[in-house]
This record gives sequence, structure tokens and C-alpha cells, in this order.
Amino acid sequence: MKRRILMVLALLGMLGLNGCTETQPTSRGVYMLMDTSGTYTQELEQAQRVINFILANLQPGDSFAVARVDTGSFSEKDIVAKVTFDDRPSKTNQQKRIFRDQIDQFIKSVKPSAHTDITGGMLQASEWLNEAGTGHNTVLIYSDLKEDLKEGYVRDIPLQVDGFSVVALNVTKLRSDNVDPREYLNRLMTWQDKVESGGGQWQVVNDMDRLESVLTL
Amino acid sequence: MSFMDIFMISSSPALSAVFWFVLLTIVLYIARVHAHRAILSLSRVLHNAMRLTAYSVMTAEQKIRQRNTEVLLAQGREAAERIIEREFERVDNTVKRDLAEYPALHRHLSEQITRIDEDYQQSIEVPPTPPGWVKAVEAVAKIPAAKGDPMVGNVLEDIHQSLVKTSNKATDEYRRASHKRHQLLNRMMPQWRRLQQLLGQVDKNINSLLKRSKVIDRHMGEYEGIIQQTDTAVRMLSSSAMTQFFIASLVLAIAIGGAIINFHLIARPLSEMVGGTSQIMGFKINNIAAMVIILVELAMGLFLMEALRITRLFPVIGALSDKMRVRMAWVFFGILLFLASIEAGLAFMREILMEEDAATRAMLRGDGSSVEMVQSSYLWITTAAQMGMGFVLPFALMFVAIPLETFVHSSRTVLGMIAEALLQILAWSLRLLGNLFNYLGIALVNIYDLLIFAPLSVERLIKARQREPVADEEPPKALESSEVIL
Repeated sequence: MKRRILMVLALLGMLGLNGCTETQPTSRGVYMLMDTSGTYTQELEQAQRVINFILANLQPGDSFAVARVDTGSFSEKDIVAKVTFDDRPSKTNQQKRIFRDQIDQFIKSVKPSAHTDITGGMLQASEWLNEAGTGHNTVLIYSDLKEDLKEGYVRDIPLQVDGFSVVALNVTKLRSDNVDPREYLNRLMTWQDKVESGGGQWQVVNDMDRLESVLTL
Repeated sequence: MSFMDIFMISSSPALSAVFWFVLLTIVLYIARVHAHRAILSLSRVLHNAMRLTAYSVMTAEQKIRQRNTEVLLAQGREAAERIIEREFERVDNTVKRDLAEYPALHRHLSEQITRIDEDYQQSIEVPPTPPGWVKAVEAVAKIPAAKGDPMVGNVLEDIHQSLVKTSNKATDEYRRASHKRHQLLNRMMPQWRRLQQLLGQVDKNINSLLKRSKVIDRHMGEYEGIIQQTDTAVRMLSSSAMTQFFIASLVLAIAIGGAIINFHLIARPLSEMVGGTSQIMGFKINNIAAMVIILVELAMGLFLMEALRITRLFPVIGALSDKMRVRMAWVFFGILLFLASIEAGLAFMREILMEEDAATRAMLRGDGSSVEMVQSSYLWITTAAQMGMGFVLPFALMFVAIPLETFVHSSRTVLGMIAEALLQILAWSLRLLGNLFNYLGIALVNIYDLLIFAPLSVERLIKARQREPVADEEPPKALESSEVIL
């Protein structure tokens, strides 16, 4: 009888421990795409501010990557800097400083690309974030959202951004947008459809002064 | 088929209503006796069920009250015993400390008295003895001699001189003796004072014992009251338990506040050791580690207080031999000191981490003034304050054992009283419900009769006519319906 009771207690204990160790990822993953095409490179200095703001808000265990959007963005080579912050806060601070230096260096030496492959960047972002295994994922697109693919590049692929928050930052108006604002609105609408059909949430933040109050990671 | 389809037996709603009313009246009239019985029996069943339940609840309440009184008296007896025991220990200490030296004190007093007596004896004034030849001088002085006899004059002169000389000598001797006596008396002064001090000390000790005995008498009176289970004792203990419960709750709330501050002091730096991202059951592992450290400190504090016999939560520790208990107390104190030192270190680390965080944030914002602010030379004050708190709080939390013990003991009484009150309310509610059901049954019967007042009136008229021939002989009986009601 006593053995049975002991066995039952042991089983309950094991079940309890199993329940205890089951954890859900609560860390955050942020992937930022920076448009480096044409005249948009002039906007990159402001992107630095966004990156610094994100760095200041991320906590140990979170993941962050910054990638450029160029002619073919579906590539690891386009990732400018990436980091998964250490568990220890002191190490995290060191990592943040190194990350900032890497971005500074990149901004100084960046050259404009001929084409803009945002979809490729998005695919790369979702792949990277899924691999990182973070709990709450955010993709930031710092671009005018004007996709200009090189001939032969196939990007008619549905996005897999289920549960992701996709935020378009500083979506500048082009000259042609001024002539026909419908172009701008259509561009935004197209991206919203793409993201929402992929299971993601869409948001646009153009006023960078309100960034800190609007952007919730 | 809707309700209206069944209801509307003719095109006129009024006619349909009249039809249904008449039909229902007839049906209700036919089923009247059975319906009355059914309603009354149901209400009585419910009434009795409620009464029985209320009785059971009251029995349970009485048992709880009895049990509460027993527990209260037992706790009161234990507390009174502890106080009396402590008072006796104090008396014992006083007796051991002061009265154990009483033989020595007595000897000392006797010696002092003997010395004083000897000095007194020595200081007694002895009158100087007159010289023996004074009588011879008187005889010479009586010799009849002619005036101008030089012989007699010379003799008398010699005698006079000798007398003066002797007198001076005696005076000097007397003065010396007096001086000696005064010296002896002077020497007695400190001895008198010492004697007075010794007697004062004895008086103080005796008075202290008398005071203690009065306190013991008072406690013994209370103890006797508890033993005799008097109402006064029970009331006094209940009131005392309530007061203690609220005071202990207040102190525990303060202690919880201290524990929360302590938690915040060490949770963040602990993430440097155990990581700050992993979770167990939704709680960050560094938070769990901080909580564990605080709980271990609390446990050590409890054990230390127990080993010092300040609290009596764990009889096993209290029952240990004194030697073992003291050893354990030192071990607990050592662990507590070690944990307090760790906390002080963690508090220091927290400050460093916060400075580093602030510097990183300032750097990311490109805010130079913030960096300067972070590097302020006054930061050592907050660092020292945090370290001090980290070191002191574990020791402060140690004293939680005292209100915790009071809380545990008094909560038993308070919870018992709350349970008593709840059961009383429940019993009252059940009784009320039972009565409500009873009167509801009677009311339903009356309402039932009200609905079929027409056939009942007809019935009464018919019965009245049937009784008319014998009406003069017997007075008319009360209404049958009222019989049913009653």
C-alpha cells in the first residue's frame, strides 16, 4: 500500500516538474529592413535613431537584426548586424554597444543599390525570426515601399508572417505620388493586403517624432 | 402550435378567457383538498428540513464554540505559564545573584558591627582618677602654723607647684585620650556608611522580590481564572486574541513590504548569475531565485528565534539540549550573516548594473548630459544605502518570527470566531427560510381558495341551507376551508 502511495506521489511529482519546466518563449524578435535604394539612402541617418530606440528597449534574451534592402534581399549577406542578447544584463549592454558601432559603420559606408527587393527582405526576415524562435516578432520596414525588382527575379510569393507585426516606417512620398496620390495609397494597400493575407498585422508610422509612443515592440 | 392557438377556443379573447377561467376554477375546486394537502405537506417538508438543518448547524456551531473556548483557554494557559515561568526565572536569578551572597553579606555586616562595637568600646570616656596624695596635702594644709612660718609656706609652695604640674600632665593625658577617642569615632563614620549601603542593598533586593511576587500573584490570579474556565478569562483571552491578531497582521504587512523591497534589491543582479530570460511556471528564474533567497532568510530567522527560545513554533528545536540549541543558533546566525553579506554584494552589483544601463541608454540616445549625470560623484550614497539595506533587511526580517507566531496562534481563535459567526448567520437564515416556506404554504392555500372563491361560496350556501333545520341546536361551524388552512 505504502509503495503504491509512494509511486503515485512520485508520478504526481514528475508531472508537476514537467509542468514546471514547460515554458513559452516570451522574448521578442525584431528584424529591420533598411531601404538602400536610390535617394532613400539620405533617410538612413534617421534610421539610426530608430535602431538606437529599439536597442534601448530590447531586453536580455531578445533578438534583433538589421538588413539592407537592395537588388536581391533574400540573402543572409544582406544582414548588416544581428544579435541575440545574452541572459546577463551586463553582457547585453556590451552587445548593444557593438551593434550600434556596426550600424554606424554601415551607415557611413553604404552605397545606393540599383533595385529594391522588399519582398525578398520580408522572406528573409520571416525565415530569420522563425529560426530565432522568439515569442513576439516584429518586422520593421524602413522604406518608401516602392518595389523595383531586377528582371528575372520572382517575388510573387505569399508572405509567411503569421503572428508577426509588420510596421512600415517613414514611407516617404515619391514625386509620382504627388502627381497621383492614388499610387501611394495603392502601394500601402498592396503591402497591407500582402501582410494580412500572410497572417500578420500591418501598421504604418510616418511621423518619426511620434515613434516612441507609437511603436510597441 | 403556439400558446395562443390553444388559448383561443373562440374568436373572442374575452370569451376564451372566461371559458378557461371557468374550466380552471372547476378543476381547481375538484382538486382542492389534494392540492391543499400537497401544498401544506411540501411547505412543512421544507420547513422541517430547514429547521433540522438549522439545528445541525447550531450543533456544529456549539461544537466549534466549545472547541474554540478549549483552544483559547489552552493557549491562554500556555501563555500564562510561560509568563509565570519567566517571572519565576527572574526571581530565581535575583535570588541567585543577590541572596546567594547573603551569608557573605551577613558576615560582612557582623564584621562591620563588631568593628563599630570595638571602636565604640574604645571610645568610651574614662574620668581621670584624682591623685592619691591629695588627701596628704589636705592634712598638711590643716597643720596650725604661725603666720610667716617659712617652712610651711615652702612646703605648700612645693605642693602647689607639684599639683599644677600634675594637673597639667593629667590635662594633657586627657586631651590625648579624647583625641584618640575622636579618631576612633571618626573611623566609625565610613563603617556606618558602608553598613547603611549594605542595608540599602538588602532592602532593594527584598523590594524587587516583593514587586516580582506581586506580578506573579497577578499572573497566578489570571492563570487560576483560566484553569477554572471563568467567563471573564474567556472574554479577556478572546479580546486579547483579536487585538494580537490585528497587531500581528499589521506588523506582517510591514514585513511583507520589507520583503518586497528586498526582492527588488536582489532580483535584477541575480539575473547576472542565473539569467534573466528563462521562466518556470511563468515566473522569471531570477525572480524565483530572489524569492528563494528571501524565503531561506526567513526560515533561518525563524529557526534562529526558535533556537533562542524567543518563539515556540517548532517544539523539536525547543526540546533540544541547551548545548545543541546554542550550537544550532550559531549555525543559523552564520547562514543568515552569509546571506546578508551576499545581499549586500548583490545590492552593490545592482547599482553597477543600473549605472551601466543608464550609460548605455544615454549613449543610444546620444544624450551627453545623461552620461554626465550617471557619472555623478554622489552615486556612492545610493550605493551605500542599497548595500546597507541589503545587509540589514535579512536581519530585520528575522524578527518576523515573533508576529508570525502571534498571528498563527491568534488566527486560530479569530478564524474560529468567524466560523462561529458564519454558522450562526447560516442557522438564522435557515430558520428564516424554514418559516418562510411554512407561511408561504399557508399563503398559497389561501391564494388557491381565492382563485376558486365562486364555487366555494356556492358550497357554503348549500351547506348552510342543509344545516338550517338544526341551526337552533348547534352554532354554525367554522369554514371548512379554514380547517384545511389550519
